[in-house]
Amino acid sequence: MMRFESVGLRYGTSEAPDAVRDLSFALAEGSFTWLTGPSGAGKSSVLRLMSAMLRPTRGEVSVLGVATRRANRAALARLRRRIGVVFQDFRLLPYMSVFDNVALPLRLAGQSEAALRADVTEILRWVGLGAKAIMTPPELSGGEQQRVAIARAVVARPALLVADEPTGNLDAQQARRLLALLAEMNRLGTTVVVATHDEDLVARFPAPRLALAEGRLTTREPLDG
Amino acid sequence: MARRRTSRDPLGLGRALSGLLLPGLVAAMALLAALALAGAEAAAGLAARWERGAQAAVTVQLFGADAATAEAARTRIAALPGVAQAVVMDPAQVAALLAPWLGEAPALPLPGVIEVRLADGSEPPDQVRARLLVAAPGAEVEAHGPWVRNLATLAASLQAMALALLALVAAVAAAVVAVATRAGLAARRDAIEVLHGLGASDGNIAGRFAMRVAGLAALGALAGTALALPALALLAGLAAPWSGQPAAGLVAVPAGLPWGALAAVPGIAWLLGFLTAQATVRRWLQRLP
Repeated sequence: MMRFESVGLRYGTSEAPDAVRDLSFALAEGSFTWLTGPSGAGKSSVLRLMSAMLRPTRGEVSVLGVATRRANRAALARLRRRIGVVFQDFRLLPYMSVFDNVALPLRLAGQSEAALRADVTEILRWVGLGAKAIMTPPELSGGEQQRVAIARAVVARPALLVADEPTGNLDAQQARRLLALLAEMNRLGTTVVVATHDEDLVARFPAPRLALAEGRLTTREPLDG
Repeated sequence: MARRRTSRDPLGLGRALSGLLLPGLVAAMALLAALALAGAEAAAGLAARWERGAQAAVTVQLFGADAATAEAARTRIAALPGVAQAVVMDPAQVAALLAPWLGEAPALPLPGVIEVRLADGSEPPDQVRARLLVAAPGAEVEAHGPWVRNLATLAASLQAMALALLALVAAVAAAVVAVATRAGLAARRDAIEVLHGLGASDGNIAGRFAMRVAGLAALGALAGTALALPALALLAGLAAPWSGQPAAGLVAVPAGLPWGALAAVPGIAWLLGFLTAQATVRRWLQRLP
């Protein structure tokens, strides 16, 4: 479902150091994987490669059967619609209601208003925000905004869900609740990759891990695939 | 209500591309375009009319000729090759034309005047004069063709300048739209990246910008064209005596205006805005994978 082969990534000019170097691994369909490492290790870069928001400079990244380095722009856009992403800073649209933020992926996929209304209402109830659908993100707490971001990432039932430090802005209780949501998604068949530098979180939910340091893979704990 | 509105505008373009700047600038461009269009139309009309006039451009004056002599000369001139028509002007008409200078009942004998229309206005004036003098010895021959043709050339140049002005106005309008679109892109960069990340295609994002920008441009163009109409109506009224139109009152609808072209200005502005915004946004999106 996902394969990195000798992947290198460099931002900007040729003098800049590589953000990711010689990365090779494969993740099986329906797996749950931690992506760990200190700040600046390249976790965000790897997540952006996984979610087709960056193309690799070298090597080949294959996600859901699409080789992203040479795929055309339209194919990448279609691929991104099958991937849910949760950002550390949420990236919600502040002038739109919670409902419309969550409905966005379905509207981009061309779903009818009647069909998406039921889906959005159900997913908001699932993350415990059914009563706040008409509020805007700035009116919500950090934890609530995080749950809106999760709802938006999963509403279109993505085949792959990637999350970048999703607990970074949450207290311990909210972090546990979030992890339970991600585990539930995984149980329902979604492949999940979560980047974190929080070792307690990893200890509480044991799963295979990709450990990064300075853009390279350092540990490869049991990864099937 | 508010939700319905924003749900169709996830990039918040209603606010990012708002205000009066873009419509105002496009309105000014449309006003100039409307003036140029009307100018081109008027110049084309004058050129055509004067070119037709250039063929009827020779007058033959016979001094001291009575009606019979004048008619005999007219018959001879009409029989010449290359002459389309020869008419003896009514002496009363000639007297009326000269009345401001000579008084109502001139003591001077008035010349007999024959208006000659040539079939082909390109013959050299000297040749025409020589042939006419053979037919009407002692006459005074005055060819108007050359200066009328010069006027027609002037009118054609004016028309070409008006069309060039129109092209320049369109280019400036496109530049204005591109600048406004880039400002909108800068203001909504984060939202665009969110939509892009969620899998919105380039066409989807560019389409949202293009529809918004095109709507504002069309609105501005409508206002600018409407503003130009009173000035155009006034000019058309003033130009009526020279363009062969009956002088229209200021309240009457002037017939000399290019109504079809003026009505197309907002539509053309819409298209210009749409295509320019599409190109600008699509080029900008190339920075995202």
